[in-house]
Amino acid sequence: MAAIERAFTLQVPSSTENLALIREFVTTVGQQAGLTEAEIGKIELAVDEACANVIEHAYGHDESKEVIIRANIDDDSITFEIVDTGKGFDPNKIAQEELEKLIQDRKDGGLGMRLIKKLMDEVQYEIVPGQKNELRMIKRIRKA
Amino acid sequence: MPNPFTISTTHQNNISIITLDGFVDAHTAPQFENAVQTELEAGNVRIVVDCSKLNYISSAGLGVFMSFIEEVRDLNGDIKISGLVPKVRHTFEILGFHDLFEMSEDLNSALASFSAAQSAKEG
Repeated sequence: MAAIERAFTLQVPSSTENLALIREFVTTVGQQAGLTEAEIGKIELAVDEACANVIEHAYGHDESKEVIIRANIDDDSITFEIVDTGKGFDPNKIAQEELEKLIQDRKDGGLGMRLIKKLMDEVQYEIVPGQKNELRMIKRIRKA
Repeated sequence: MPNPFTISTTHQNNISIITLDGFVDAHTAPQFENAVQTELEAGNVRIVVDCSKLNYISSAGLGVFMSFIEEVRDLNGDIKISGLVPKVRHTFEILGFHDLFEMSEDLNSALASFSAAQSAKEG
């Protein structure tokens, strides 16, 4: 039997005010996928972090831009793609310093990406600065 | 919007209690940052952040804790965290905050631990 895929898209102006709306969208999709409350909490945080990065860094708080969140549920995983056309970044250049070192240097950067990598099973990027940046995050659905 | 965010600060025995209610994300974290900054400017370096009504935090909120902790400790103060619900505690723990911050079950324990530290210093 062919796998049934379900796709959802949310497109919102690039403002941190919309992060609450984005989290609601993620929660609803997670519930449709049959995830546990704990798993929904993880994808909610991961998508929030990714979108906050886009709003604050890729678009520099330019509310005329839009953030696109695509969700895809299939048999064994749920995938979120965050798409923007702002300035991209090199995810590999984000320092993975110890927390204590970050505190000493008064830096709080990189915490979001650190969280995303810990929360999701797979993280992929496609970065073409100014044209299209795509962050793809996958969470496997564990069946009881 | 769901989960409106409110923040309030009270003072008890020279300890500032900052109460977070709702969610702290990139949108609301600046209000939290301002509240901590206000305490520091007033010379208040013994701070408890009461999180018993906090139902969500993202790295923007965690960043506020991180950006002030060293300055506060240099001034012989501390930022203690109380009342985390399990979901929010998990976010703190993923990043290892439990090793760097004192976390108490409830507000009274956090206040008591400040008082105990003060008595030890005076004694």
